[in-house]
Amino acid sequence: MYTVADLRKGLKITIDGDPYIVTFFEFSKPGKGQALYRTKMRNMINGTSLDRTYRSGETFEPAHLEERTMQYLYKEDTNYCFMDNQSSEQISISEDAIGDAKNFLIDNLEVDVLMFQEKPIGVTTPNFVNLRVVKTDPWIKGDTTGSDSKPATVETGYVLRVPPFIEEGELITIDTRTGEYSTRVKG
Amino acid sequence: MNGIRRFPNRHNSLRARAKIVHAVRSFFEKSGFLEVDTPQRIPVPIPESHIDVMPSGSWVLHPSPEICMKRLLADGLERIFQICHCWRDGERGSLHLPEFTMLEWYRAHADYFALMDDCEGLVRAAAAAVGKKYEVDWNGRVVGLDGPWERCTVRDAFSRFGGMTVEEALEQDLFDEIMVCSIEPMLGWERPTFLMEYPAQRGSLARLKAGDRCVAERFELYIGGLELANAYSELIDPEEQRYRFIQEQGFRRNSSKPVYPLPEKFLQELSGMPPSAGIAFGMDRLVMLLLGASSIDEVVAFTPEEL
Repeated sequence: MYTVADLRKGLKITIDGDPYIVTFFEFSKPGKGQALYRTKMRNMINGTSLDRTYRSGETFEPAHLEERTMQYLYKEDTNYCFMDNQSSEQISISEDAIGDAKNFLIDNLEVDVLMFQEKPIGVTTPNFVNLRVVKTDPWIKGDTTGSDSKPATVETGYVLRVPPFIEEGELITIDTRTGEYSTRVKG
Repeated sequence: MNGIRRFPNRHNSLRARAKIVHAVRSFFEKSGFLEVDTPQRIPVPIPESHIDVMPSGSWVLHPSPEICMKRLLADGLERIFQICHCWRDGERGSLHLPEFTMLEWYRAHADYFALMDDCEGLVRAAAAAVGKKYEVDWNGRVVGLDGPWERCTVRDAFSRFGGMTVEEALEQDLFDEIMVCSIEPMLGWERPTFLMEYPAQRGSLARLKAGDRCVAERFELYIGGLELANAYSELIDPEEQRYRFIQEQGFRRNSSKPVYPLPEKFLQELSGMPPSAGIAFGMDRLVMLLLGASSIDEVVAFTPEEL
């Protein structure tokens, strides 16, 4: 059980059965008035945000979240299949819960799956993944009029901007936190 | 050593803070005030519903120098000011420290309008000390300091920003929430705002307004949404004061908060106090405002977490 004194950015609590993460916290006290604890929170399942103001004495249930390392296996309709590295149990995660991570899922990629009450609610990929470029315009050497980047499609279907010298079939490293090109993988 | 300090600009903050404190002292000396230094460890505090004191042995650390300063007024001093540390348990946030610096001043034979004039002169003098003559930058906006400052009643503030009347807010026990979430952030942007005439029950030590007994002669100063000061035309009727203290004690008892005996010497001497006005002004916040600091941590030498 948490009290208002435990409130801080990043704290995870349960409200109406859903896990929330505190994204903003401010202690307030209007002159001669009572202490108020203002928060903004994000629902960790559907991403909606919530503004709540609490008074002294209020309490919260912690949100028990667990991270498990899993391996990506394959996609089936709009669901993604993973295998728990420890139990070898296979689970299926919906596209909604996967979020942007779907752009970087290649076979056998190890990811961290966030579980709330035995249900997967989010997937975190490694900060950097290597993906093969399957489609991009050829580079015309000596072309100085063009821009310094061009669109490229990688094997997951994700489209990003890459430097002009990247060619189809090449392997590139992508920073999954920003979704941007990081470097070319040579060799 | 530098590696463990969280604010690289702290040396600059401390230099500016010293200039501001110096300007505050000069302002009051020029206005004929006597600087006093009252004990910070006292036997009992003023009973207030929402201020929790810190024990110090069998006594407490004062949450404000109010009791002793008013006793000096009763003793015949007419214009006094004090800059001192105060302690309030459990108050910690970007605008709060459990140990903070308070500026208080009192004027005998004056009401709270005289304190509004003092505030205007004081903030301008402090701003000039750090090279800000007519305006301050706060949260990306500029607040002008010259010209007469805005005076807005609590009643008007609720109807403009609160989404309900002040009576409705009190009835639904939402006064503080609406004040913090809807009203305070809107105050003092064009120019500083004196939010005045609080509901009578929100001014335990304030005199009620002569023509309207529903409101107390209390104001708070806001600049750019930041609350800087709380002021009263002081209540000087000992019986009425005792009655209000007992109500505050009752609230504390019902909320399972520590209840201290009444400050009897203060109540005794209150009958000798001339009509007066007094104000508590947050020094740390004044420095924050003038330096554009977003957290009180940036303007003090150490936070409790660093000790």
